[in-house]
Amino acid sequence: MSILQTQINPRSEGFQANDAAMRAEVGKLRELTAAIAQGGGEKARTRHESRGKLFVRDRIDHLLDEGSPFLELSALAAHEVYDSPVPAAGIVTGIGRVSGVECVIVANDATVKGGTYHPLTVKKHLRAQEIARKNRLPCIYLVDSGGAHLPSQDEVFPDRDHFGRIFYNQATLSAEGIPQIAVVMGSCTAGGAYVPAMADESIIVKQQGTIFLGGPPLVKAATGESISAEDLGGADVHARISGVADHYADNDAHALQLARRAVSRLNWHKRGRLAMREPRAPRLDPNELYGIVGTDLKKPYDVREVIGRIVDDSDFDEFKRYYGDTLVTGFAHLHGYPVGIVANNGVLFSESALKGAHFIELCAQRGIPLLFLQNITGFMVGSKYEHEGIAKHGAKLVTAVACAKVPKFTVLIGGSFGAGNYGMCGRAYDPNLLFMWPNARISVMGGEQAANVLAQVKREQYEREGREWSAEEEEAFKRPTRDAYEHQGHPYYASARLWDDGVIDPLQTRDVLGLALAAAMNAEIEETRFGVFRM
Amino acid sequence: MSQTRFDKVLIANRGEIACRVMRTARRLGIASVAVYSDADAHALHVREADESVRIGPAAARDSYLDMDAVLEAAHRTGAGAIHPGYGFLSENAAFVEACARTGVTFIGPPAAAISAMGDKSAAKARMQHAGVPLVPGYHGDDQSDEVLKAEADKIGYPVLLKASAGGGGKGMRVVESAAGFQAALDGCRRESQAAFGDQRMLIEKYLTRPRHVEVQVFCDTHDNGVYLFERDCSVQRRHQKVLEEAPAPGMTAELRQAMGEAAVRAAKEIGYVGAGTVEFLLDFSQGHDGSFYFMEMNTRLQVEHPVTEMITGQDLVEWQLRVAMGEPLPCTQEELTITGHSFEARLYAEDPEQDFLPATGTLERFALDLEGAGLDPTRVRLDSGVESGDVVSMHYDPMLAKLIVHGDDRAQALATLNRALAALDVRGVVTNRNFLQRLASHPAFQAAEVDTRFIDHHQEVLFAAHEYRTEDYAAAALVALDQLGRERESASPWDRHDGFRLNAVHRIRVALCDPAHAQNEDDSPAIVTVEGHRESDQDPWKLRIGDKTLSAELQRLTGDAVAITLDGHRRRIQARLVRHRESNIIVLADAHGETRLFWRRLDAVDHGHHEAESTLTAPMHGTVVALLVEAGNPVEKGMPLMVMEAMKMEHTLTAPTDGHVANFHFQAGDTVGQGDVLLEFAADE
Repeated sequence: MSILQTQINPRSEGFQANDAAMRAEVGKLRELTAAIAQGGGEKARTRHESRGKLFVRDRIDHLLDEGSPFLELSALAAHEVYDSPVPAAGIVTGIGRVSGVECVIVANDATVKGGTYHPLTVKKHLRAQEIARKNRLPCIYLVDSGGAHLPSQDEVFPDRDHFGRIFYNQATLSAEGIPQIAVVMGSCTAGGAYVPAMADESIIVKQQGTIFLGGPPLVKAATGESISAEDLGGADVHARISGVADHYADNDAHALQLARRAVSRLNWHKRGRLAMREPRAPRLDPNELYGIVGTDLKKPYDVREVIGRIVDDSDFDEFKRYYGDTLVTGFAHLHGYPVGIVANNGVLFSESALKGAHFIELCAQRGIPLLFLQNITGFMVGSKYEHEGIAKHGAKLVTAVACAKVPKFTVLIGGSFGAGNYGMCGRAYDPNLLFMWPNARISVMGGEQAANVLAQVKREQYEREGREWSAEEEEAFKRPTRDAYEHQGHPYYASARLWDDGVIDPLQTRDVLGLALAAAMNAEIEETRFGVFRM
Repeated sequence: MSQTRFDKVLIANRGEIACRVMRTARRLGIASVAVYSDADAHALHVREADESVRIGPAAARDSYLDMDAVLEAAHRTGAGAIHPGYGFLSENAAFVEACARTGVTFIGPPAAAISAMGDKSAAKARMQHAGVPLVPGYHGDDQSDEVLKAEADKIGYPVLLKASAGGGGKGMRVVESAAGFQAALDGCRRESQAAFGDQRMLIEKYLTRPRHVEVQVFCDTHDNGVYLFERDCSVQRRHQKVLEEAPAPGMTAELRQAMGEAAVRAAKEIGYVGAGTVEFLLDFSQGHDGSFYFMEMNTRLQVEHPVTEMITGQDLVEWQLRVAMGEPLPCTQEELTITGHSFEARLYAEDPEQDFLPATGTLERFALDLEGAGLDPTRVRLDSGVESGDVVSMHYDPMLAKLIVHGDDRAQALATLNRALAALDVRGVVTNRNFLQRLASHPAFQAAEVDTRFIDHHQEVLFAAHEYRTEDYAAAALVALDQLGRERESASPWDRHDGFRLNAVHRIRVALCDPAHAQNEDDSPAIVTVEGHRESDQDPWKLRIGDKTLSAELQRLTGDAVAITLDGHRRRIQARLVRHRESNIIVLADAHGETRLFWRRLDAVDHGHHEAESTLTAPMHGTVVALLVEAGNPVEKGMPLMVMEAMKMEHTLTAPTDGHVANFHFQAGDTVGQGDVLLEFAADE
């Protein structure tokens, strides 16, 4: 037992200011999330429901075990990306429990542009499937989509990670023994027809669901045959004649019960094995997280104050406490699951990188999931460090992170800049899930540094040309870079583009990670084989 | 009758009374023998007895009414006495004689006393002789139309025409005026002839607001006789007692003494021995003049005897056993006193919503949660013939148990009764529990404004549809939320049914409706959705119901008791979640009554089921009376398709939707079991 002690003073001015600032950010995040949860808005929703259809989020409520959690993914997808709003990119994805089994749910929102696939809709759909593959989670598709967004065809159709990849994934996921269940609750036209057709088991709703490669207008144009959508590819056609659907549902609620039943028949068992402990709430008050962290990345704090408010019983067994101390490593439990934690506590030095690599090796050998808490400006620079080989030491950390096959989870709790992002299991390093706090920032380097670097280059150019460069001119030159970095490094900007799996309230971090760990235990923890560590 | 001591008694009965007699016998060191029919092989009275003997098949006439079988059982087990309980052979003079012939003590009066009271006309004549007041009437042998009409005119209308040999309300009519007399007489004679093979009529004055007050008497073989005061059994449903109390409200010492002494006179007139009850009508139609009239004498222990035991502190079964052994009465009249007030409520397996259709099934749970309801166990008594897990069959009287309470005064006893009714948890079989509570909490009953037509007078309130309040939905939602929270089977955070949602408060929706609308479509206006929100597991729920928002918390207390706090108002109630197959009924009970709400779980497996509607199943065991439509002919929703009879009640099956009957599985006269598929129904597309 090594229970973390706190050093903070919740009555201090700094704490209070931090708390207020973070609270405001979380408030904005909640408001935005609530607005996005309205889908395509009141009018579209009323029209949708007047046809006897359930709204996408109500469908998910009916599908899930009553009262069980829903870990929604990338709710901010497509936020302020397109000319007109496409809330949640028109598709709700997440992990939820159905008949006692954690499943990935992919549900079109027909109230948003008819549920058509924009580029980010495709990306979000594919990301959900990737999560299903990585965590070995059955997939349930609630299909209600007009197919590809035709004006964006060059961004949704031709490339490797475009529309076609959805069906590639269905085939290969099924091949890996990951069940694919489709519920047809609206249109599945053209390519979309393959979602139910490629599924292991499919359900179709009477007088709502339709499946066809070519809709009635296309049929009319191509062959002159005049036929209604229902007669062409409705529930009766597919449940009685074609065999494209396996189960016939009277309405949305019935269809979702059939989907629950389908999951209950999967004979599912989790394959991950961890030595569990009785879960315990943290001893330190999680409500103090806001006041500790705040929103100003320049204000330092001890990351153990964060760890102590996330892990079970605030019990953190630290590894190499006094070596390379800008990186904190150690063992803890989270909702009863053992985790190895790697957390930044300052800029990375050679020792910290070596320590991190060593710790990751330990966790990989023992099959312990890894949690990365990123708050990193980058690796130390300067001749001393280059000469001692900080590049090769950093490379060892990156190699360890890249190769470790245990479940990995990353939370950006502050800055995520430059190579620090790589060493701390950024998106490119395939963590099972990656989340950001609303105060986090992500970019190749800080906006100020980038502006300074660019200004330095510019100044040298001016000096070569013998021109004067006033302080005002320099400031005017730097501002757009700073602004652009601030804008593009913002979590909403990142989340809108699926650079993460969602922006989360720091207070929910513990629960989110617990759900993520539990879901990851559906997959077997594989043996790790590391690449060559440059010595 | 023989008066030898015995150390083993056979109880020629079943259900609660058999169990109740055994309890006293055991206390007195007397072994008990149960008898049982095939239907009762595993019944509670068999389980509780020291020995038990099978006496025949399920039908009562072939078992509990089979004198030879009962006597044979007594001989086989060496029982020296037979306690008949009530009903069955308890008032059968031939059986008493048969006992005497075979040397077994019959615990009850001599055959002659039973016979004397068996013929109602003859009994009245003897009572008149003994100076017991009778309802003005005519009990003569001259049965000509003219004489009967003249007698009715003399008594004054309204009058009651009654078959001499009658019982159970057959051959009985109220005649409001002279004009209707002849038609009523003809009708009564017809019914009486059909039911009893006898046309003789008697005429009585019909009392418009009579109370049914009866006196418990006891006589021994040493010529002692006492009365153990009165019971008021005015609240009746079709001559079936429902609620009884002792002492009778409004009774004066003088009237009590007058009635008691008249009752003892009646008993002595016929040479009575043992426990008996003399029933009187107390007439309040002309104000509280305290006129009372002899109605009849029941020559047995009554169902409602416990209320007398509660107020006198005596064990009447012990008295019966002692008197049967030839001992003198344990008390003299002077030693008997009344302490406090007592009520008895009879719990029947029947559905008040369906005209009291008897109900059958398996009692998934049958329990009285005294601790949770905070009730004093010395003040509440449950005389039950069943336990959790028992099967309630169609073969016998549907009474399951009697709930008896005691209080220092009527108000206190009544409050206890209401709380005890709320604490009674019966699952699996429909009962009149809620109806009892409506009766007992009715203001007129609380004010003791009772008469034998109480239920008819107040039926609008007693049978009114339940009105749900926001608080009911809130409380039920809390019970549902609590249930979800307790469904956790593992430590996995996914197994936490707390409605976790990312970047939002926890959210759970609970859909509730009147159980009558349980099968409605999902968007039915009958369904009220309560949305619960809270920041974390430690916070109270914010419940949104329509346009109202309440802060709500539930705390589990002992047993079924919970404390519900709504916007700072904390109330203690009994809350139960009754699960039957896929359905969930939330039952909220307090001393004011019971509220039932159907919880439509979104994840219920048979939610919106459809196949089941294609067949209609028998709601209970019974006989098919008639098929009302031709198979294949179109019918409209709600049209009657088939009539079946069970427990002498008719039950009509109606079309669930527009369509037609594809196939009948039974014909008229066939016997069907509960759950049997009666017909296949094809709904119109």
